[in-house]
Amino acid sequence: MTLALRFNLWKGGFHLDVDLSLPGRGVSAVFGPSGSGKTTLLRAVAGLDRPPDGHLQVGELTWQDGATFVPPHRRPIGYVFQEASLFPHLTVRGNVEYGRRRVPPGERRVSLEQAIHLLGIEPLLDRKPGDLSGGERQRVAMARALAVSPRLLLMDEPLASLDQERRKEVLPYLDSLHEELEIPVLYVSHALDEVARLADHLVLLDAGRVEASGAVGDLLTRLDLSLAKGADAESLIEATVQGHEDTWHLTRLETAAGCFLVAGTDLPVGRAVRLRIAARDVSLALTPPRDSSILNLFPAVIEEVSGEKDAQVTVRLRVGKAPLLSRITRKSAHALNLRPGQPVHAQVKSVALLV
Amino acid sequence: MIRAPDLTALAITLKLATVTTVILLLLGTPFAWWLARTRWRLKFLIEAVVALPLVLPPTVLGFYLLVALGPHGPIGALTERLGTGPLAFTFSGLVIGSVIYSLPFVIQPLQNAFAAIGTRPMEVAATLRASPLDRFFTVTLPLARPGILTAAVLGFAHTLGEFGVVLMIGGNIPGRTQVVSIAIYDHVEALDYAQAHWLSGLLLICSFLLLAVAYALNRRFRVSFP
Repeated sequence: MTLALRFNLWKGGFHLDVDLSLPGRGVSAVFGPSGSGKTTLLRAVAGLDRPPDGHLQVGELTWQDGATFVPPHRRPIGYVFQEASLFPHLTVRGNVEYGRRRVPPGERRVSLEQAIHLLGIEPLLDRKPGDLSGGERQRVAMARALAVSPRLLLMDEPLASLDQERRKEVLPYLDSLHEELEIPVLYVSHALDEVARLADHLVLLDAGRVEASGAVGDLLTRLDLSLAKGADAESLIEATVQGHEDTWHLTRLETAAGCFLVAGTDLPVGRAVRLRIAARDVSLALTPPRDSSILNLFPAVIEEVSGEKDAQVTVRLRVGKAPLLSRITRKSAHALNLRPGQPVHAQVKSVALLV
Repeated sequence: MIRAPDLTALAITLKLATVTTVILLLLGTPFAWWLARTRWRLKFLIEAVVALPLVLPPTVLGFYLLVALGPHGPIGALTERLGTGPLAFTFSGLVIGSVIYSLPFVIQPLQNAFAAIGTRPMEVAATLRASPLDRFFTVTLPLARPGILTAAVLGFAHTLGEFGVVLMIGGNIPGRTQVVSIAIYDHVEALDYAQAHWLSGLLLICSFLLLAVAYALNRRFRVSFP
C-alpha cells in the first residue's frame, strides 16, 4: 500500500502545492516551520477540508479525484489533533468507544483492550476529560483514534500542546505504537527531536511546497537542504545492540558505520535502536588520532563540504555505509584542505541513544 | 380562590406556552445551527429580523399578524383556500403569534450555544466514523444542552407573559383565546383586585420557579470543551 497525494489549494494568501508518494508502512513525518502547510495537508488527507484540485489514492482506494470525494467519516483513518479535543460529555471510556462502536465488527482489527493498554489509560476509564492532565488527555485521544482500527493514522503535532515533562510522559507511548502496530502513520511536527526519534520517512515542507521527501537518515544529511546546515545539524544511524562490556559499563552497538560504544544500558542483545549524532560532536583528523580519550573513532571519506560563508561549515562523510555529518570551523576546513574523496578520521564525542 | 374561568385561562396559557416552545425548539434548532455555522454575507439581515420581536411594540407585531391572518391577508387567504378558515381569533392563530413573538428568546441562546461549541467536536466525530446527522445528535446536541435548556425556559416563560400580541390577534374570548395576562387585565378593569392578585401571584411564582430551575440545572450541566 502506498499513499499517493496531490493537492493544489489556495487558502487566503497561502498556496499549498504538493505532489507526494509516501510508503504505506512506518512513520512518515511531515516536517516544516509553522505556517508551512503541514496541518492543511493533513486535513486534506483526512477529508476535513476539500481542496478543489486534489488527488488522493491510498493503496487501491481513491479517496479524492475529480468528482470523487470520500467524506471523512467513510475514510478508515484515525486522527489525533494538536489539542486532545475529547468529548467533554462522555467519560474516557465513552470517548474511546465512540468511534469503535461505529466500525463494523468485521473491520475491528485493534481490540479495545489493546488500544487502552497500549496507551496505559486503564486507570482513567471512568473519569471525565475535565479531570485529566494534558498528557493523559492526549493519550486518551490517541487510544480513541486507534480504537477505530485505522488503516492510516494521522497525527497533527500531538505533543506540541504539552510541556517538556508531559512530552516525556507521552513519547514512549508513541514509540510503542510504532513498534507494536503495523499502521502507517502520517506525523506532522515542527520538532526535529520527535521526527528523529519516530520517523522512517521524512517530508520537508516549506511555504506550501515539498522541499524534499525521502528516508529520514538521508534527508538529514543532505547538504542541499536546510536541515544539514546550522548548529543543529545531526545524523541518524540505525543500530542493533550487540553486547555489553560489563567491566566498563558500556554497550556495544552494531551499525552500518561500524561498532559504537555507548554508556551502559540494560537493553537486550539484538534490540534495534537509533543513534542520533549531533554534527558539532563529530571532529575530523587527517591522521588516526593516537592516545585519544574518544572511543568512537572511524575511518571516513569526505563526500561534500557545505559552501556556507559563516564561521562554520558542515562536512558530509561516508563512514562504512552510513552518512555522517561533521560541523567544523571554516578555518579548520581550510587548514586541513578538506575536499570530496579525501579519507579522514572521524571522532564522535557523544551519541544519543533513541530507544 | 381562583374561579373556573380563570382556571381555563390558565390551562390555555400553559397549553399555548408548551405548544409554542415545542414548535420553536423543533424549528429553531436546525435554524439556529445554520445561523451559527453559515458564512453567508447577508446573515446579519436574518439575525436582525429574528431580533425584531425584542424591540418591536407587541401591538405592532400583533397588528401585522392580524392583517396577515385575516381573510384578506396572505396567510388568511391561504388558510381560506385550504378550507380551515381564518386563523385570527383562534388558538392556532395564537400559536403562530407566540412563535414569532418568542422567536429571539429561543433562537439566540441556541445560536450562541452552537457557536460556542465550534467546529472541532464535529470534526473529531467525523474522524471517528460518525455521519453528519449522527454527530449532530451525539455530539452537538449534548454539548448544547445548557443552551437548549435556556432556550426552552425563556421561550416558555416569555410566552406565559404575552399580552399585546394575543390581544390583537386572539381577542379575549373566554374558554378559547383568553390567556392569564388578559384575564388579569379584565379583573383590574372590573376593579376585582382580589382575583387579579391570585392570578398575578401565580404567574410571578411560576416564572420565578422556571428560571430558578433553569439556572440550577445549567450550573450542574455546564460543560467546557478542553
